[in-house]
Amino acid sequence: MKRRRRRSALSYLGWSVAWLAAALVLFGLFDLLVSVVWHGVRSFHFGMLFTPTQGVAGGLENALLGTFELVLIAVVFAAPLGILGGVYTSEFAGRRMAAAIRFLAEVLSGVPSIVIGYFGYLLLVLQFHWGFSALAGGIALTLIMLPYILRTTDTSLQQVPHLQREAAWALGMTRSQAIAKAIWRPAAGGIATGLLLAIAIGLGETAPLLYTAGWNANNPSLQLTHAQVGYLTYVAYTYLDQPYQAARNLAYAAAFVLLVVILIIQLLVRGLVWRTTNRLQGRH
Amino acid sequence: MRNVSRTAKAADHVFRVVAGFCASSPAVFLLLIAGIVLYQSLPVMHFMGWQFVTHTRWDLGNLYGAMVKKNGVTAPVGASYGGLVFIVGTLLSSAIALVIAVPISILTAVILAYRVRGAIAWILSILVELLAGIPSVVIGLWGILVLVPWVSASLAPFLKSVLGFIPFFGGQVGSGYGLLASGIVLAMMIVPIITATARDLLLQVPLLAREGGLGVGMTTWEVVRYISLPYVRDGLIGAIALGWGRAMGETMAVLMVSGNAMNILPSNLYSPISTMAAFIADQLDSAQTDASGMAVHALSELALVLLVITLATNLLARWLVRPRLGRKKAGVAS
Repeated sequence: MKRRRRRSALSYLGWSVAWLAAALVLFGLFDLLVSVVWHGVRSFHFGMLFTPTQGVAGGLENALLGTFELVLIAVVFAAPLGILGGVYTSEFAGRRMAAAIRFLAEVLSGVPSIVIGYFGYLLLVLQFHWGFSALAGGIALTLIMLPYILRTTDTSLQQVPHLQREAAWALGMTRSQAIAKAIWRPAAGGIATGLLLAIAIGLGETAPLLYTAGWNANNPSLQLTHAQVGYLTYVAYTYLDQPYQAARNLAYAAAFVLLVVILIIQLLVRGLVWRTTNRLQGRH
Repeated sequence: MRNVSRTAKAADHVFRVVAGFCASSPAVFLLLIAGIVLYQSLPVMHFMGWQFVTHTRWDLGNLYGAMVKKNGVTAPVGASYGGLVFIVGTLLSSAIALVIAVPISILTAVILAYRVRGAIAWILSILVELLAGIPSVVIGLWGILVLVPWVSASLAPFLKSVLGFIPFFGGQVGSGYGLLASGIVLAMMIVPIITATARDLLLQVPLLAREGGLGVGMTTWEVVRYISLPYVRDGLIGAIALGWGRAMGETMAVLMVSGNAMNILPSNLYSPISTMAAFIADQLDSAQTDASGMAVHALSELALVLLVITLATNLLARWLVRPRLGRKKAGVAS
């Protein structure tokens, strides 16, 4: 009897500790969101979106545009490489080859982002004499986003039933015709999700850009090399150290804008995933 | 039966080659990264030898004075590139992060897998994934605004008064910027990674095994403790190693709360530190001002050491979570 009571007490204790741990994680998340949003809302005003940075104050227009430019360049490189790479891994490669590509993509995603940034500095900024530039920063971001896009493309293609492929081949389609006309459709949602999440990751990166993109208080020009670009995370990181309230406000506002954009993308992705899973369940 | 036209065949071939080229890009980039970083760190390897990983003094020397030649490499007078402080900082801060994050994430995963279901489970899982998506700069901002003041005012004095008799917990409490704050910030970043993996693993534990435990009179907690967790042990260790690799490579959040120590090893839990990643990010200006280029090479070797350590941890993690279908099935049957 005593023993049983001790065991049930222990069970209660275990579950309470587990609930406490979960509560702690949620508390950490909410504390983070609330403190960043609180500081952000107080220092953010809409005029900031349309004025470039001036000295230690001003707005975020240059950083916003710069961030979009960098991510756009990265998407232009990473999306074709990642999606076609994922298609090859899932549709063409043999078992061993596919395993090897997946493994290498995982390894690449495990490379610390600062190492990728420093690699960009050594090769693109110094060796190629591009200077701190949009192209160097964009390529550094490409390396961050590529393995992610490749993996999600591969997984969502893997989930397409094999019957669908066989049906397409039976109609006399070549393998690539089958992919272009039939197989990509069920996987499109998953690929889009992966792309959006990769963009969210790219938006929030700082370390790969410190050594490649530089900083510019003016709006980005369309020049790809030899012109530095500003980006949001740089403002959030650098302006926080300044001894002026205006500069700190700018940093809070930058972090706030970043957080809002990333949260919107994340929620969009969840909505997309939720809708596609619902539709699939409805069909069966 | 209609024959496949020649153009379609050619297009198929071209597509295949292009896709294959794209699929090889991760390998190409990996080789390129490793090759360039290794090549650029050769001068400092000659200059410092193994002292790079055993010395604590990082000094660029007199950048405006004469140069000296040592081991066939020209460097500023008084230059010394010892990375031990940063290697120790990286290992210690990530170890603290693991000590905090591992129990919290495993317990959270147990709750997510077994105690909540339906809409609540869905929302909680999304919240955990949301935490994983928050940029490290934002977490660093939270570290500066909330965490560091709290550590210096409450947590550090509390730990010192309770555990102060243990050497590493005593001594100066400091400003809050340091090892403890870095560890907590890193824990914040790896909790979602470990939690998500652990939850997926726990959901794979066969229901029969768990019901069997209940059937022989175990409490629900004992089922988790003696059946579920041992069942997923290898995978859990892999997830932890994955989180560890991530913690060692993390840059911005640590840079913002670490206190940027140089040339001195941490003496206690509250000392300022710096990690390899944070130090590389911090040294942008010195890399640009050193005309001899040795600063660039030295940082390159630091990046190389970081790359090797994180890749080794990652490979270890992959090896531990590799699918072992045969053994798993045997385990279920017996």
